Amino acid sequence: MSETLFKRAKDLPSTHLLGAGTAMCAGCGGLAAIKEVYDVLGENTVFVNAAGCMTLLSVYPFTPFRGSWLYTAMASAPAGAQGVRDALDILKSTGKIAEQDDLNVVCLTGDGSAGGIGLSATSGALDRHLDFMYLCYDNEGYGNTGQQTSTATPHGARTATEHHKTGNPDFKKDLFSVWTAHKPAYAATVVASEPLDLARKVERAMTYKGPKMILALSPCPTGWDYDPQLTMELGRLAVKTGIWPLKEYIDGKVVHSRIKGRLPVEEYLSLQGRFAHLFNPVRNDKVIGEIQAHVDEYWAAVENVAA
Amino acid sequence: MSQQYLLTGNKAAAWGARLARAEYLPAFPITPQTEIVETLEKWVSQGEMKSKLVMLESEHSMLTAAGAAAATGVRVYTATSSQGLLYGMEMLFTLSGWRVPFVLTNVSRGLSAPITLEPDHNDVLAARDSGFLQLHAATCQETLDATLLAYRIAEDKRVRLPVLVNLDGFYLSFTREPVSIPSMSEVAEFLPPFDDEGLSFRAGKPVSEAVAVLGGSPYSYFRYEAHLANLAALDVFDEVAAEFEAKFGRRYHALDCYRTDDAEMVFIMIDSFATKARDAVDRLRESGLKVGLIRPFMLRPFPGDAIRQALKGKLCAAVVDQNLSMGKGGILHTEIASEIYGMDGAPAVLTNYIGGLGGRDIGPEEFYAIATETLDAAHTGKRLPTRLLYKTDELREIRKLQAIAALERQEA
Repeated sequence: MSETLFKRAKDLPSTHLLGAGTAMCAGCGGLAAIKEVYDVLGENTVFVNAAGCMTLLSVYPFTPFRGSWLYTAMASAPAGAQGVRDALDILKSTGKIAEQDDLNVVCLTGDGSAGGIGLSATSGALDRHLDFMYLCYDNEGYGNTGQQTSTATPHGARTATEHHKTGNPDFKKDLFSVWTAHKPAYAATVVASEPLDLARKVERAMTYKGPKMILALSPCPTGWDYDPQLTMELGRLAVKTGIWPLKEYIDGKVVHSRIKGRLPVEEYLSLQGRFAHLFNPVRNDKVIGEIQAHVDEYWAAVENVAA
Repeated sequence: MSQQYLLTGNKAAAWGARLARAEYLPAFPITPQTEIVETLEKWVSQGEMKSKLVMLESEHSMLTAAGAAAATGVRVYTATSSQGLLYGMEMLFTLSGWRVPFVLTNVSRGLSAPITLEPDHNDVLAARDSGFLQLHAATCQETLDATLLAYRIAEDKRVRLPVLVNLDGFYLSFTREPVSIPSMSEVAEFLPPFDDEGLSFRAGKPVSEAVAVLGGSPYSYFRYEAHLANLAALDVFDEVAAEFEAKFGRRYHALDCYRTDDAEMVFIMIDSFATKARDAVDRLRESGLKVGLIRPFMLRPFPGDAIRQALKGKLCAAVVDQNLSMGKGGILHTEIASEIYGMDGAPAVLTNYIGGLGGRDIGPEEFYAIATETLDAAHTGKRLPTRLLYKTDELREIRKLQAIAALERQEA
């Protein structure tokens, strides 16, 4: 790894740019990730937002951001980022603004938009090698409308639109691979409970020109049905069980953060109400086993590639 | 110095963007608008136009990029048609709310289903309530001129709204007419460089745009503001049109009136098919009928005062709608009716004809029938329902095709 400002936890930014008192739920894992990303990017950032939970960050006439914000629509935030980026480039090339007036352009979107209605616009921005950061807070459902099933909802989870005995029959879409198939400049998965890893990745991403894709697992107390104080613990468990692999895509290769002594998935699942039906009133070994097998297969493939 | 060229409507629209020095051109192809995109791309690639053209992956994204770039402080031009306009419809309503000035050309084309290519106005009229201003061109020259007028009006500090310039697919988009192209320097005097009015994204100058509101009160506040700005464009249009005339010698009115002064009966139409009505007015005048034509060049804001003035004291009027609001009738008809209802000297009869859907022709004999039927209704006081123009011959042709197809199937 190249030189980093963030060698240890005490190197992380001590002043925080995102204001308090937003309308987000207590314990919002998405907001925690955005806060950490923003501190590394700095206030000369314009967030171009897709419809989702975070749309309620800027509510007239207040904003928690020191920098700028543009809300677009659910389907086309990457195209909004395109317009802002292109306009800034035009203004710079015609001498209407100076280099130091430039901004980091960040598309801020949830998994519902990223994996579904906004996927076409995301693919388009990747095809055009747009120089921007794409930050997806992945709370594994349409969180802002009460956690209906999205393409990111994991296997076995119950949602507001999935009351089947065994939960969601489908598996979570592999958005990271969808992105990397486009050969972006950079892509990484992060989670707010690993702030040093997150800061290093955002720092590294910004050394690249082109699409920089960040996928942040965002534990959601209201949508996943758990005590808000467990947000960081669930983030840690998602990593330790191997459910949320921390990885980077650089120069055409995916590199994983290895896990020593992977924990069984049920340590992560059993803390969340959305998986409660897998444990009560009777334990559903079949579905728990399917989830564990899915994770095991994933890591076996990672080991195979590495071997 | 201006020079005369034979240009298609699409080329005239592209020239409008070029003369306006549009800096950013988000694009997506769709028939019959594609020639605009191709023309602009060629000019940009060959260095004749110093702009950035970007092909987006949909009209929805194209309009989002257009609005975002305008919000960042550059002059933007874009174009679409029909299904594309509808695909981007969410962003039309959104971008007027952003109060971003830019120009969007719509090349009218009938909507699916059935899928077709030739024009009518259900596409552009679906955008009627979006908050975009609308100018409707009847000729290729008007297409170019409307584009220049549109930038001045859009960027006026009393307005700050996007403007849609409409021209008809095929009838204008692919028809060559003589067009006077003014010089870049003349246009530069008429249209100064883009002024962001302090609203843009820059380091150290944080701005939040298009934020959410909670509740009906702030929502109503912003919607009313946009509506009032839209209405303000009525006066702005008159000022800008006067300047345009002084500079280029062509006078535009929000409402174009032709031989209406002594008319008893008036046709009301928009866009290129209005030139057919204009021709019909001349023919009908020769046969002794006192007829005229009014054509809203600007449809949003709606030139209500001018329409009331033009129709005051007329015996009757016929709105020929090249659109169909299914289950009701013509859209323009209801707009005109609401404007003149209860007015002193309002025409006793306001008939409604649907014609020109999907580019179906409206012939001189049909204009004759419309005029005489409407005059007759005025004299007898008979109320006419909305009439769907369709001739016996046409129906026979359709029946014939159906019969042949049925026979082919039986024999197969």
